Amino acid sequence: MTTETLIWLIPLPPVLAFFVIMLFTNRRKGLSHWLGVGAVGIAWLAAMLVFFRAIGTEGLAEHPFVSAIPWLPTGDTFFRIGVQVDPLSAVTLFFVAWTILMIFIYSIGYHNYGQPAGEHDRPGFPPEGATIKDEKGHTHKVPSVEPMYSRFFALISLFAFAMFLLVLTDNLLILYVGWEIMGLCSYLLIGFWYGKESARAAMIKAFLTTRVGDVFMLLGLAALYSITGTLNYQQILGNPQVLEQLAGSLSPVLGLSWAGLIGILIFIGTVGKSAQFPLHVWLPDAMEGPTPVSAMIHAATMVSAGVYLVIRFFPLISAGWAPGGELTTSMLVMGIIGAFTAIFAATIAVAQNDIKRVLAYSTISQLGYMVAALGVGAYVAAAFHLVTHAFFKALLFLGSGSVIHGMEHGVLHTGEHIDAQNMLNMGGLRKKMPLTFWTFLIGGFALSGFPLVTAGFWSKDEILSGAFSGGQMGVFITLALAALLTAFYTMRQITLTFLGQPRSKAASHAQESRPTMVIPLVILAFFAVTAGWAGIPEQFPGLGGLVPNWFEEFVGSMLRNEHGAEASHSLVPLFTSLAVALGGLLIGWLVYRGVRQARDPLEKALGSLHTLLKNKYYVDELYSLIFIRPSIWLAETFTDKWLDLGLIDGILHAIGRLGLWMGRLLRNVIDLPIVNGAGDAAANGTRGLGAYLRTRQAGRVQLYMVIAVGLLVAAGLLFYLLAGTI
Amino acid sequence: MIPISWYLIVAAALFCIGLFGVFVRKNAVGILMGVELMLNAVNINLIAFWHYHTQVMANPPQISALVYVAIVFIVAAAEVAVGLALVISAYRRRQTVVVDDMNLLKG
Repeated sequence: MTTETLIWLIPLPPVLAFFVIMLFTNRRKGLSHWLGVGAVGIAWLAAMLVFFRAIGTEGLAEHPFVSAIPWLPTGDTFFRIGVQVDPLSAVTLFFVAWTILMIFIYSIGYHNYGQPAGEHDRPGFPPEGATIKDEKGHTHKVPSVEPMYSRFFALISLFAFAMFLLVLTDNLLILYVGWEIMGLCSYLLIGFWYGKESARAAMIKAFLTTRVGDVFMLLGLAALYSITGTLNYQQILGNPQVLEQLAGSLSPVLGLSWAGLIGILIFIGTVGKSAQFPLHVWLPDAMEGPTPVSAMIHAATMVSAGVYLVIRFFPLISAGWAPGGELTTSMLVMGIIGAFTAIFAATIAVAQNDIKRVLAYSTISQLGYMVAALGVGAYVAAAFHLVTHAFFKALLFLGSGSVIHGMEHGVLHTGEHIDAQNMLNMGGLRKKMPLTFWTFLIGGFALSGFPLVTAGFWSKDEILSGAFSGGQMGVFITLALAALLTAFYTMRQITLTFLGQPRSKAASHAQESRPTMVIPLVILAFFAVTAGWAGIPEQFPGLGGLVPNWFEEFVGSMLRNEHGAEASHSLVPLFTSLAVALGGLLIGWLVYRGVRQARDPLEKALGSLHTLLKNKYYVDELYSLIFIRPSIWLAETFTDKWLDLGLIDGILHAIGRLGLWMGRLLRNVIDLPIVNGAGDAAANGTRGLGAYLRTRQAGRVQLYMVIAVGLLVAAGLLFYLLAGTI
Repeated sequence: MIPISWYLIVAAALFCIGLFGVFVRKNAVGILMGVELMLNAVNINLIAFWHYHTQVMANPPQISALVYVAIVFIVAAAEVAVGLALVISAYRRRQTVVVDDMNLLKG
């Protein structure tokens, strides 16, 4: 099979799996997960084939694997859609295929496949555990299988499809399609346990927040299409004339060039999707979803898509920039937002107690790193960190899921009512869950940038040195501080969770997770270490040059203009990253090693600063005050109560009342007195006459006679009087 | 010479007395007597007009009025005979001659 055909086929199995599971195998849990895992397995196999063919091809950046078909007639031309694999999509494809496959396998164990169904489990709620009897007659509470097991696999299959689509496409429109399908899947999966109020709120929050970014991105897309007439990567990004034209022409907004405006608009899409400040608020809340979802969507793949987009559009964003020269406006914006997000989220992560929330903020912070790296022009470093981060963050999330699972087992076993996700309730899990501990340790060290052995060190070091040699000292210092905090909160997490003594009964009864959960951890841990070796800088003292800096050559070839950001490798960033990583880890260990009660020692030391961090700088409250409450006020009070109920309904009611009033008037004036009155009068008169006449007919003949004579006299008088006239 | 109007006034008075008696008397016999008075008032009228017509105006003699008066007498006598018989019969049955009490036909 040709490589192009293979590329076309990669996204296909997951989407087929989605439809088959949704339509046919919804009731068969086992079949559903085999379909999902099988489909992703096929996609993974094809992706690996494509990847290895891609890295074996010379000059892939100039001549990527491309295949396109005419799709939508636009006037006298066709809008063509197709697939494209160049070095950037190849490496993205590599980590996406791996993490997705691992997460699928992990989900089988995470959703307790093979366990009995719980007595009180309902769709839309997390399983609460089942009671079983063993042969001796003892009853145990054990984890129970997820009621909507098949639905989960269908949704993550659809998600996998969208991610593959996004990575493999050759134009921005299909990328946007994949982007939005992922948004939908994210919405559905965050609210997977839709019975929980918090999950419903989180899903809506995530959807609306990312939508803000998406609208701007769509504007950028439309602007790009209206100017260049195409959305194809090659025709825009691979064409220096188009880039020059975009960079040289002035847009109507704020005196930006078109390249600057489009770059910023596309970057706002990334801000939403990759949870950068100020649209970061949805990501921590998205932890309401099942942990594999947190790992896949909100750490490894979907949020990476935002960074992938800006890396992809780096030529446009940096159009007009020469290495070492003045940054373009969009790069400056990215540098500031990225660096700020990195330190901002890192400080919040320090004060969070929920094991997943710490990781969520750490994800935001690390994505900020990548964005900042692009902002200072460290293109390869950003891509490199994207890959390594995907591996170790997926590992950490899955590890945290394993920890929560172990804790939930302990909670079910002991019947203790504690939060299974709160790290302060854990401790000492090292001995209970050794495999989870070691893999989590590797992931955590990779995240902190533990020197030499972990992937995170190499990629983070590159970003720091990129910022340093690019002359962006502000960014460099901010990122170094963020790295220190990263190492600190990672060590805090490891210490609180795994080291020391158990701080709850549940923690002392925790149990290692099942093989389907642990094996993916081991594989991801392998990549969390080795992925870094693909990109050891050649100038690195001692180790540089032992292994060729393959990543730099491969992905760096994407940029036509050779830039020298990485050329001068100073020792300052190296020592900085060594110092912050080791220093942070050491401080974290020293502060948290002696924690006995479920109380954070920093709470006392930092005082109100800790409260501020714990409440995430009150950004949610601020947004609630600025955006949400006014919106609700606008909707409920202004539009509904005043405009709709008051004004429009008021007019309608007034018209109604007018009609009613006129009806009453007609009734009172015409109907009742005249029509009814005449009818009643006729009836009453008849009746009255009858009643009167009846009294005359009393059987008294003499009276009849009086009447007869009276009438006779009257008739005679009449005759007498009329006689003269006639 | 007595003018005819005097006869007529007497007759009218007699008729009215009879009529009044018929209207107000409760006694059946009294009613019959009223009827007799009215019949005789009519007879007075007949005779008065006959006398006026033949004697005063000196028209050719006619006896039709006298015959008519005789027939009225006969009818009156027959009527009283039947009426009194009925009253006696009713009295025997109901021990009363008051017409208001003779209400067998009342629904």
